[in-house]
Amino acid sequence: MSIKETFKRLKDRGEGALIGYIMGGDPRPDLTPKIAEALIEGGADVLELGIPFSDPVADGPTIQAANLRALKSGTTPTRVLEITNQIKGCHNIPVVILTYYNIIFRIGLENFFDKAKKSKVDGIIVPDLPVEEAQDYKFIANKHGIDTIFLASPSTSIVRLKKIIECTSGFLYIVSLFGVTGARKTLRRSTIRLIERIIPYIKGETPLAVGFGISQPYQVRSIIEAGADGAIVGSAFVEIIQKNEYNEDNMLNSIRNYANELKKATILEGE
Amino acid sequence: MKEFMKYPIDGKYGKYGGRFMPETLMSAVLDLEKSYLKLKNDQEFKKELDYYLSEYAGRPTPLYFAKNLSKKVGGAKIYLKREDLLHGGAHKINNTLGQALMAKKMRKNRVIAETGAGQHGVATAMACAVLGLKAEIYMGKEDIERQKLNVFRMNLLGAKVHLVESGSRTLKDAINEALRDWVANVKTTYYLIGSVVGPHPYPMIVRDFQSVIGKEIKSQIIEKENRLPDALIACVGGGSNAMGTFYPFLDDHNVKLYGVEAGGHGIESGAHAASLCAGDEGILHGMLTYLLQDEHGQISTTHSISAGLDYPGVGPEH
Repeated sequence: MSIKETFKRLKDRGEGALIGYIMGGDPRPDLTPKIAEALIEGGADVLELGIPFSDPVADGPTIQAANLRALKSGTTPTRVLEITNQIKGCHNIPVVILTYYNIIFRIGLENFFDKAKKSKVDGIIVPDLPVEEAQDYKFIANKHGIDTIFLASPSTSIVRLKKIIECTSGFLYIVSLFGVTGARKTLRRSTIRLIERIIPYIKGETPLAVGFGISQPYQVRSIIEAGADGAIVGSAFVEIIQKNEYNEDNMLNSIRNYANELKKATILEGE
Repeated sequence: MKEFMKYPIDGKYGKYGGRFMPETLMSAVLDLEKSYLKLKNDQEFKKELDYYLSEYAGRPTPLYFAKNLSKKVGGAKIYLKREDLLHGGAHKINNTLGQALMAKKMRKNRVIAETGAGQHGVATAMACAVLGLKAEIYMGKEDIERQKLNVFRMNLLGAKVHLVESGSRTLKDAINEALRDWVANVKTTYYLIGSVVGPHPYPMIVRDFQSVIGKEIKSQIIEKENRLPDALIACVGGGSNAMGTFYPFLDDHNVKLYGVEAGGHGIESGAHAASLCAGDEGILHGMLTYLLQDEHGQISTTHSISAGLDYPGVGPEH
């Protein structure tokens, strides 16, 4: 199922999307498909899979450590794409790849998107690629029918926001706060205001998903209630993986259970 | 060379440079460019900067004829541009005074910076101290251990030094941490980059503030030799003193420009910091440039006995 269809189907059911992020190859490449499966069984509607990079400037300590664990276990970009293909073979949900631009640049745009397409990747997120630098990237992604998910942040001006929405397909990724990734216990009022500020510009066409700092069910509920179409949770899952690095059963059970709790929070009707 | 003298549209030097930044920092980077272009031609700003450069930093620096070295090496008359005589002992203060003054004009009272050897950190602390700004410096654990004296000097000047333990614990990781700080505090904080690296407009700003070196060399050598030099030689880590030295000579086609990179244990050994000699194109810290990286795009750790040259990239205008 494509990203667009997934969001539409959920919307029709009165649900928000739970987008679960894990790092490909963390702690080992052979575990990633199992972790992904637990996430999906728990209720994730979209899987966001990271390709590790040595210098992840948009990430806080939790995901930085995941990058390091994945690199240490020998995870290459190609391996993460192979894992994606494997996951897509078993589960009918969209898989979105998140990585930094040097990884894609190094493989070469054409080559990367060729490989991504063959691995059935649905969309790409590149946190250090602003729309100004994304012309070729966007063109080649379009050619391959892969969604380009851009980010909008609290500091994004209306002029830039319009440009970003134009370049975005799949969903718009809203960065909820000033800062790097990482679980926060609270949800700021400014995040809700940010969602409300952006909604009029997407005209109901592009789904909105909110990430950075979202880790608790009540945060997920609040942003869906504010009108977002999805919540992106990463560091909370990565923390579970980190804590249970050597206890696979615990890791998979905890991921499944936590995804389930978060998924329930995306369902607004019939409570 | 001529085309490089033009204003870098979208921060591009040929295909190099650019602004590869997280969205949260894009507005700050765009604002910075606007502010810089305004201040660049502001007479009041220029006057103030010139005042601090001469009265506080100690400009102009001498162009010293190294007669013994010239005799020993033979072949050429060797002149040394004595940037080491500046306050703090490095050319870094040319840039930090300029940017700290910008921070003040932009009403950002908190300044953050990265440092490798500690020279840029010291120079940032000095500029912030004289201008009444709060300075916080990110420095890799590895560098803190080998450059203890500079940490002491930064503290003495009232700056707070943050220990960076992520990644290779050197300059590149200090930049990563400074960027993470900036993402969180962009509204109140000015990021003072120490070399001709980072997203546009930093390479241009740092080049312009450092080109005082080349301008002085030009007038001093004409006064002493009544001609331009045959060649200019500068070391290149990120490349700010080289860029500052070379830039005013880019149109003088008879002047040869030599940049020297850190060879470490030799290029073959892999333990070096020679991004231009042995690197490939890639994207790091907001710019497309030559980087030391592996086949998958992971950034390599560098090696140099000079803590100041330990950086896996190089300024995009090089």
